[in-house]
Amino acid sequence: MRTTDAKSGAELAIRSPAKIAWDRLRANRVAFYSGFVALFFVITAFAAPFITRVMGLNPTSQYSSRVAETGIPFGHFGGMSLGHPLGLEPGVGRDLMSLLLYGSRISFTVAIITSIFSIGIGMIVGIVSGYYGGKVDAVIGRISDFILSFPSVFMIVALVIPLTQRIETTHLARDNGARIIVLIIFFVIFGWPGFARLVRSQVLSMRERDFVMAAQSQGASGYRIIIKELLPNLWPTAIVFLSLSLPGFLAAEAVFSFLGVGVQAPASTWGLVLSDSVSYWQQDPAYLLIPSIMLVLVVLSLNLFGDGLRDALDPKSDRA
Amino acid sequence: MSDPVLKVQNYTVEFWVDGTWYPAAVDMNFEVEAGKVLAIVGESGSGKSTTAMGVMSLLAANARTSGSVKIKGTEVLGADNATLRKFRGKEVAYIFQEPMSALNPVYTIGFQIVETLRTHFDIGPTEARVRAIELIGMVEIPNPEGSFDKFPHQLSGGQRQRAMIAQSLACDPALLIADEPTTALDVTVQAEILDLMRGLKTRLNSAILLITHDMGVVADMADDILVMKDGNTVEHGTSDQIFNKPQHPYTKELLGAVPKLGSTKAREFPYNVSAKPAPVIKLENVTVEYPKRGRIPAFTAVKEFNLEIYPGEIVGLVGESGSGKTTVGRAAIGLIPIKEGSINIVGNDISKASQKELKGIRRHTGIVFQDPASSLNPRLPIGESIGEPIFLAGLAKGEELDRKVEDLLNSVELPRSYRNRYPHELSGGQRQRVGIARALALTPDLLIADEPTSALDVSVQARFLELLQDLQSKLNFACLFISHDLAVVDILSHRIAVMQNGRLVESGDRDAILKRPQDPYTQRLIAAVPIPNPAEQALRRAARLASK
Repeated sequence: MRTTDAKSGAELAIRSPAKIAWDRLRANRVAFYSGFVALFFVITAFAAPFITRVMGLNPTSQYSSRVAETGIPFGHFGGMSLGHPLGLEPGVGRDLMSLLLYGSRISFTVAIITSIFSIGIGMIVGIVSGYYGGKVDAVIGRISDFILSFPSVFMIVALVIPLTQRIETTHLARDNGARIIVLIIFFVIFGWPGFARLVRSQVLSMRERDFVMAAQSQGASGYRIIIKELLPNLWPTAIVFLSLSLPGFLAAEAVFSFLGVGVQAPASTWGLVLSDSVSYWQQDPAYLLIPSIMLVLVVLSLNLFGDGLRDALDPKSDRA
Repeated sequence: MSDPVLKVQNYTVEFWVDGTWYPAAVDMNFEVEAGKVLAIVGESGSGKSTTAMGVMSLLAANARTSGSVKIKGTEVLGADNATLRKFRGKEVAYIFQEPMSALNPVYTIGFQIVETLRTHFDIGPTEARVRAIELIGMVEIPNPEGSFDKFPHQLSGGQRQRAMIAQSLACDPALLIADEPTTALDVTVQAEILDLMRGLKTRLNSAILLITHDMGVVADMADDILVMKDGNTVEHGTSDQIFNKPQHPYTKELLGAVPKLGSTKAREFPYNVSAKPAPVIKLENVTVEYPKRGRIPAFTAVKEFNLEIYPGEIVGLVGESGSGKTTVGRAAIGLIPIKEGSINIVGNDISKASQKELKGIRRHTGIVFQDPASSLNPRLPIGESIGEPIFLAGLAKGEELDRKVEDLLNSVELPRSYRNRYPHELSGGQRQRVGIARALALTPDLLIADEPTSALDVSVQARFLELLQDLQSKLNFACLFISHDLAVVDILSHRIAVMQNGRLVESGDRDAILKRPQDPYTQRLIAAVPIPNPAEQALRRAARLASK
């Protein structure tokens, strides 16, 4: 048995769990390329001002000369051309690519911030209630029950406007900025309990496993057990939840903008573009199709990448 | 001569995994006649269960079989599902290892037996109920009529196994396939179940195919034995041939690895018996109570327990499941709070210690758990698991820690490259070695070993016990070895303590307990252990039944 030690030094070198996961992720083609697609969307979103300036476009300019009197852009596929690669918005004739680029900035910001906060809060609360149990668990459990039993959509629609005004009076933000802050706050409030429950149930089952008791017997503190023993087992859940909640919040932002309580024109988000495009779907189907395809691409690539990342972090999947 | 009940010829099972066919059982040839028992023995992964499940085509979808399996002269291999269903349950019945998971928890056992009856016979519910109660009575479950309406969780482990046997016998099967039927049971219960199966075999003239890893059970039951290793038949012969004149080296090795009760030599105490040194651990009148939770009342798991362990000695703690031995082990190092009494570890009273003091005391103790799969964090490479206690104690960091981890891996005879592996990439025996390495990382004065070998194969167990003895004589720690297996305790311990229902029944020198047990419970426990020798086991069985 000892003879295997004589083998190359490579096997002997310590490979950290992170390195092993990275090697595995690279070996998973689908996940790796999905990651690139997702990254591409994020980068273009944040480079939106740069890209539009290079293209000589502006999200607020109205290229009315390129739109017919009926409001439908000239040319095929919603007026696609070199100057306007994704065509034009029917009606006033704004450039669709700039609209989507600037829109994705807001959509992604909302989705990323809400996901990170809901998962962060859910993780902490879930671990605390699962690990310490007892009264803490009971109190947290009732609070999350209370939140989960709320009619969240109704609440958001009803409260966004008064709360936006309240924020505006503090002069922290105005108009769309204030509305975005309110949306994020609501999404986080209604988002964390679901994840916290998931984490709590996992921690409950893990707490009974012998390896936690083994750590206790070695004199590990509660904090150390949470960080070293429990957290590595919870990351995969968090990542799967993230890959589901990111597109979920993207869609939610679109829905609320569509309902008129989210971001308002002249700013644009994917939700606003989609809601606008519904009224043109017969005359100008490309206007509906292009943002839809992009939304599907983002959601799909995030999901596939999340799956791959979870597999990469799972020591039980095959080694690269 | 009539056809044997089961005749298997050139039977091969292969599994399709990742683009290759892996053979699980190769070219098997055996037959079982009515009223006879064929035991298939082998270690885990040898293909014994696969062979048994394949007889009735109960294999996963990625399996393929070839050869011939005849039941009462009818070919069943490759038969269609309708034909197979007629055989399953009616001609061939299975008894599984874990009755709790093999019985449906939401139906009463009576209902489940009635269901089997009505699937195969054209009888009404009332008639089926009468027959079911008769069957429950036949397997000796007390109060058959009352038990008919009981759910699986309301029965004890032994009673559940009886209920499953009753269900299997519902249609008077010609062949009973028992896959590790007693592995999950205590020895005294195991003895009763084996008696029951033997009685039913003679009464109903069924053939039994017994799958087991326990050579004692084999000696007790089998007429013929087939030894398997890595999917191949190693040896096939009568019970007498295999036990007394084994031909194949693997059979000899397997028999040699089986611990035999009372076969070890007397052991010197590591200290002067007349002038004992200060004990490493002293438990005085320890009572442990699990507090009441909701409607579940408080439960006293350990009551007024006394035990001392001196430096360098191994004390075996034996008892059946639920006797409180694990609780004693965990309470001894402060993992479970005690209600009354005191526990003293190298001069420190841990029952009154603060969290901080407890942390200091824990440097003197280590624990190895029963289930190697659950005791290691699945997301940590084993090197990190082993290094954790050293890091926590602040003894070493960085490269020095790496070196210590390597030393520990060496000491438990694992290659150093295993440091990067995750627990699931190791076998059960290797994982248990990691468990030991971790427990010994701080060179403790006291090691608690809680059934460390009960999940291991006999040959792996034998090597593990050797390793533990080596380490113990080298490092000279005191050890509380908790086990349900008297033969294992016999090999290791200087002294033995016996527990029943949370109380210490008897304790003393190993030979005194095993050869001259005073308490009737200890006597029963020792009498129930099957000995891997057919002739001797027959005598023991007769003596046990006579004393009933």
